[in-house]
Amino acid sequence: MSVSDAGGAHATTTPVIQPVPEMGARSTNKQTPLPGEPPTVSVQDVSITYRTTFEKVPTFKNAIVRFGRGERAIREVHAVDKVSFDVPRGTALGIIGANGAGKSTLIRAIAGVLPPTTGRIEVRGKISSLLALGVGFNAQLSGRENVMLGGLAAGLQRKAVEQRAEEIAAFAEIGDFMDLPMRTYSSGMYARLAFSVSVHMDPDILLIDEALSAGDASFKVKSAAKMEELMSSARAIFLVSHSMTSVQQMCTDAIWMHKGKLMMRDTPDRCIEAYTKFLNVGEEAFAFDDL
Amino acid sequence: MAARNTAQDAVPDWDAELQVYEPHRAGLPAFGPYFRALWGRRAFAAEFSRAGIKAAHSRTAFGQIWLILNPLLLALVYFFVVSVFQKSDDPVGRLVHIVCGIFIFYFFSGSVATGAGSVTGGGQLIMNMAFPRLLMPIAMVRTAFVRFLPTVPVLILFMLFGDAHWSFSMLLALVFLVLLTMFGAGMATFMATLQVYFRDTSSFLPYFLRIWLYVSPILFTTEQLEAAVPRRFLLFNPLFSLIGGWNQVLQEGIVPAWDMWLAAAVWAVIALVGGSLFFMSRERDFVVRL
Repeated sequence: MSVSDAGGAHATTTPVIQPVPEMGARSTNKQTPLPGEPPTVSVQDVSITYRTTFEKVPTFKNAIVRFGRGERAIREVHAVDKVSFDVPRGTALGIIGANGAGKSTLIRAIAGVLPPTTGRIEVRGKISSLLALGVGFNAQLSGRENVMLGGLAAGLQRKAVEQRAEEIAAFAEIGDFMDLPMRTYSSGMYARLAFSVSVHMDPDILLIDEALSAGDASFKVKSAAKMEELMSSARAIFLVSHSMTSVQQMCTDAIWMHKGKLMMRDTPDRCIEAYTKFLNVGEEAFAFDDL
Repeated sequence: MAARNTAQDAVPDWDAELQVYEPHRAGLPAFGPYFRALWGRRAFAAEFSRAGIKAAHSRTAFGQIWLILNPLLLALVYFFVVSVFQKSDDPVGRLVHIVCGIFIFYFFSGSVATGAGSVTGGGQLIMNMAFPRLLMPIAMVRTAFVRFLPTVPVLILFMLFGDAHWSFSMLLALVFLVLLTMFGAGMATFMATLQVYFRDTSSFLPYFLRIWLYVSPILFTTEQLEAAVPRRFLLFNPLFSLIGGWNQVLQEGIVPAWDMWLAAAVWAVIALVGGSLFFMSRERDFVVRL
């Protein structure tokens, strides 16, 4: 009771999402929050810092050498700084910002991979993530085995993953390669499989980090269509992208981050306008965007 | 308020699927959800282990034979070396003793060595998926155990040749096997964590394990070691009680003294709890260190 009250309060403070005119068809398609429903994802005053090394390969040998010189190779990274926002049901949220803005770190935190240092993240529903570098793949194992491992790690039942494996292979158009080691895959097949896996896990919340450039033109059309479909079945979609066109086309809402701080929460168009103005590069820098 | 309550009754429980990500308290994730997730995803550990074994081709006939030949040849080499230095009245008994010890030691060293690389080898999975990482070293212990199993019939064959003291007390060896598995799992999680910070850990590990083999009751019996070093010092070596007990029960037909049982159990628990806590306390770091 108290939690949902708090959630309701959050929802009212959320900026109202204004439907973008050219998105008319999609916005009728998407889910809308039920009365009294707390936000699907609620990020509450979240900061994320971590310590990492700037060595390429940290070894015991280097550590001893450094210790002898009295040096330290540890660097503290303040990736996300006191960020709060709510995402109600039916939102496709674009996250834009320059390199090092903390976009990917934020997505990782929402996925539960990197817990926040302070603050709290509430997520309602099953998450499927398609993060930057492909999905959990071991190149020695076949596509099917990798799909199985990813599914089991996500907490799915073996049977459920087995049933979906065929569908995933068909969508990714990799055919017989599904049972060959992934080291034999082309980079396109790799990316298509990764995309296919994440959209076929019946996600309530889909997290996508820079992955829409997967595949050739026809696959792009197909993946865009699949995303349309997911918009109606998924509760929320997060899209981290440097491609302003993708964000404009797919998202109903956007946030702009810079150096770990939340700069703006508005419609994709306005966020992109502010962001490009901020960067002072103008629209033509994004003329070669894909998708 | 009443209207609100009926609305609450009509709508589903909003928090049914709620997941909360909060800062780790004292650097450790909340134990309840962590171990529930660990148990819920045990199928992942089994599959991860199975897939790894398959990728290493050890399911082929030759791979299986090699799993036996490798420790067996090593046992023969050690038998030869020890026999050169020290004559024995009972060479067959010595051979059986060394085979018995080497096979179980291989299980232990396999757990630790493959477990050490489990997190750094899990790259993309660790980067993109939220699941208890403890599953990865556990999977490697399972792999080592599956590789140990085909050596058991060979060991029984050797015991048939030697004059083994067959009795029901031999079943006590299972207790030492369980304790050694716990100890191996603890060491595997510890080394897996260390490997994330120092990538040369797995290069040092074989030497470390080799020395450990020499100071444990594998080439020599517990009695021979005790003749040289007081027992209270020997018990500081976890493998003295763990493998010594296994050997005594199985090969020498002795029920180990109480301090062997106690030391074995204490070492197993210390390693498992300590290793797991160390691993879990560093788990958040893995994502940003890989």
